[in-house]
Amino acid sequence: MVTYIIRRLIWSVVMLSIVSIITFAIFFLVPRLAGATSEDLAARYVGRTASAEQVKVAAEKLGFNDPLVVQYGRFAKGIVAGADYDYGPGVEHCPAPCFGYSFLTRLPVWPDLLDRLPVTVSLAIGAAVIWVIAGVATGVLSALRRGSFFDRAAMGIALAGVSLPIFFTGIVSLVVFSYGLHITAPGNTYTPFLDNPATWAYNLLLPWITLAFLYAAGYARLTRAGMLETMGEDYIRTARAKGLPERVVVAKHGLRGALTPILTIFGLDLGLLLGGAVLTESTYSLPGMGKYAIDAISHQDLPQVMGVTLVAAFFVVFANLVVDLLYAVVDPRVRLV
Amino acid sequence: MQKTTRLGVAALSAVLALGLAACGGGSSSTPPASGGATAAGATGEFNGALTAVVNPSDKKGGILKFANAGDWDSLDPGDTYYGYSWNFIRLYGRSLVMFKSAPGKEGNELTPDLAEGLGTPSDDAKTWTYKLKAGIKFEDGTPVTSKDVKYGVERSFDKEVFPDGYTYFNDFLNWPKDYKGAYKSKDVNTDSAIETPDDQTIVFHLKQPLSNFDYFAQLPATIPVPKDKDTGAKYKEHVIATGPYKFDKNEIGKGFTLVRNDQWDPATDPNRKALPDGYDVATNVNADDIDNRILAGDLDVDIAGTGVQPAALGRVLPDPALKAGTDNPTGTRLWYTSINGNVPPLDNIECRKAVEYAADKTALQTAWGGEFAGGQIATSLLPPSIPGHEDFNTWVPGADNKGDVTKAKEALTACGQPNGFETNISYRAERPKEKAAAEALQQSLGRVGIKLTLKPFPQADYFALYAGKPGYAKDNKLGLAMNGWQSDWPDGFGFLQQIVDSRVIRDTGGSSNVSVRDPEVDKLIDQAMEQTDANARNGIWTQIDKKVMDDAYILPNVWAKALLVRSKNATNVFVNDAYGMYDYLGMGVK
Repeated sequence: MVTYIIRRLIWSVVMLSIVSIITFAIFFLVPRLAGATSEDLAARYVGRTASAEQVKVAAEKLGFNDPLVVQYGRFAKGIVAGADYDYGPGVEHCPAPCFGYSFLTRLPVWPDLLDRLPVTVSLAIGAAVIWVIAGVATGVLSALRRGSFFDRAAMGIALAGVSLPIFFTGIVSLVVFSYGLHITAPGNTYTPFLDNPATWAYNLLLPWITLAFLYAAGYARLTRAGMLETMGEDYIRTARAKGLPERVVVAKHGLRGALTPILTIFGLDLGLLLGGAVLTESTYSLPGMGKYAIDAISHQDLPQVMGVTLVAAFFVVFANLVVDLLYAVVDPRVRLV
Repeated sequence: MQKTTRLGVAALSAVLALGLAACGGGSSSTPPASGGATAAGATGEFNGALTAVVNPSDKKGGILKFANAGDWDSLDPGDTYYGYSWNFIRLYGRSLVMFKSAPGKEGNELTPDLAEGLGTPSDDAKTWTYKLKAGIKFEDGTPVTSKDVKYGVERSFDKEVFPDGYTYFNDFLNWPKDYKGAYKSKDVNTDSAIETPDDQTIVFHLKQPLSNFDYFAQLPATIPVPKDKDTGAKYKEHVIATGPYKFDKNEIGKGFTLVRNDQWDPATDPNRKALPDGYDVATNVNADDIDNRILAGDLDVDIAGTGVQPAALGRVLPDPALKAGTDNPTGTRLWYTSINGNVPPLDNIECRKAVEYAADKTALQTAWGGEFAGGQIATSLLPPSIPGHEDFNTWVPGADNKGDVTKAKEALTACGQPNGFETNISYRAERPKEKAAAEALQQSLGRVGIKLTLKPFPQADYFALYAGKPGYAKDNKLGLAMNGWQSDWPDGFGFLQQIVDSRVIRDTGGSSNVSVRDPEVDKLIDQAMEQTDANARNGIWTQIDKKVMDDAYILPNVWAKALLVRSKNATNVFVNDAYGMYDYLGMGVK
């Protein structure tokens, strides 16, 4: 078990390195294959109507004139050992892990990431609680009352939930509940949990529900299918025959069997979301990892893109590891070697 | 309360109607008629803030809420080149002179800010002297001296640390040879460029005569920076204020707040009312959400000032009540088509005239985004809000602006090409509106036999390698080129010099002027640069505008317009022509 975990951790580091190399290569190699010079790249990071000389200075400052290997080496070294940065009147040391300085704001990236992570974590965890409870409960009830009006209505709504994009449900719910009825917070509001937990929850309520709606729908359908299958198993009949109360049959025998695949998917979903709920954060203008990622990409700000990609990749890799470990716990047939 | 709810419901039904219309695929939806008259009465009428102040008031207090769909290039006065930033920076920084905080054309007028008066020229307008007012302090109570202004300009010279800014001071001041800015050339004597004989006097020395240096003196780079508080690239995190507001919390990428600066003395400042107690500014906010929030009264200003998103445009325009709360100013940007006289047969003025006559300007207007979001049909170069603009139309494309086919054919005959000719039109591939405009020209010029082939080029190299490189343009027969220009300030020099002076054209490429080569125009520009009388100078810019149109080197398309939504909660709302958007200095809270 321990050797398994160590091996997976080493493998994770390799994975993250590969991700960073690919991101780097896409950023530099693709424009270069299309014939762009280092000045063309630098022209994105200077003011409008910049002179050719100004662009040349920027290319030098950003290090675009060095070979790609040297540039990547500088990035990797910054993460391990930190880096020095000339901000004008003096030189500043950016301690490890230094993800470099934004090409546009010329401020260090790592503090930005630390600052934005809590927003995404708040959003993801809160939504996850809602969607798991709502999704699983709906799924179980639907399965138990298969074919009833409740089942049909719930599955209809779930279908809508899976199909409607967040940038639609988000904007409509903002207009209805925030600007029309004034019962929820408007967009672009986030209060840190430690400042005021009540405001934190109030401001996040609408994003939580919108995001949870999307996921709960999928979970409800999955749970329903899983429950229908397990409830037809022989051991359920046995449990009933033993005279167990129906509540126990459903919760202990039926649901536990149906839950295994849900757990797997939940781990992966949450891992992905922790890397940034791009659409939700953009729609509600929440300053989290997802909004950061989309802004960084649209500005082609490589250090920011690298930082957010690596953090997101870390969560996915980590979630995969946790899910694999959980497999062994939930299902005794699985052995980790 | 009642009103807001009703408006909210109206807004909601409009959104739903839009959504349904989109699903139904073209079924027409009637705009909701509710909530109408009350809102109109309270917020004025359509275009009401263009020439007058809407909701005038001197009430102090309250917080104004601003949002930005993007982010500042920089809050640092030495490193910012966005129009809205120059508009907004007047809240926390004071430059030598500034644009008046007044509606319409009055906003174009320069008025002293740090300085006691406008600049005094000497030495044939190559030397400009300003006297600073006494009693102006930084937010920490230190008095502002002319040396702080000088230092601010010197540090902005360093384009490695401040790549976002302009290079006006770098290019025009008489810097010592090999000067590299305040950080890299620390101990270099820069008196040849800027002298500070005493703490209240600052003297600028230029390499060439510049009659309109006061426009340079309004640039944010003349906002004083205290040397011992300068943190270079990080200074934007806390700019030391001289204006009525200072930074409280500043999280770059998310937003910031401004609070009152108790060291600002209103006695030294007749230009700023400083009504609100502070400003809440959020950056990187969803653009559609910004529109919805302003319409709902939850937010006051979309700071970018470039107008609402298409979704809100479709919602506001058909609803008279909502439309009454908007303004549609014409900015200082011209979208145009360059007609390259280096490419035969366009070297013959008659053939260029044929292009001017045949163009369907209404089709061009539609291509640029229509009457409200695209622009006003342009008949000359200088936009209406810039002094020196005169209404004239040298080549009338028919009474209905759809092109005069008869006159175009006559011109073609005179050119010796009675059946038309073939040439290419270039545009920036990343810009769908330029493509649409090029297609509109292809269609309307096709009516007289002028066959255009569309040639897209990457935006980054458009001027450096393709349309702006004379050799390439000639060899590849780029007879027409889509082009656009916005001046940095409302003045003939700022608008015209870069696009009509033939001496800015370089064989190596990179110039915005790709077609105007007229020695007489160059001569007129020199005259204007030496003319220190503003009225006489503006007359010369008018002359230049007419001369370039006579040459038919440029086919003006539209002067860009934007639809702005007025805040429900703000007082003193008006559009300042200098910025082509709401003036951020005068606004207060109801």
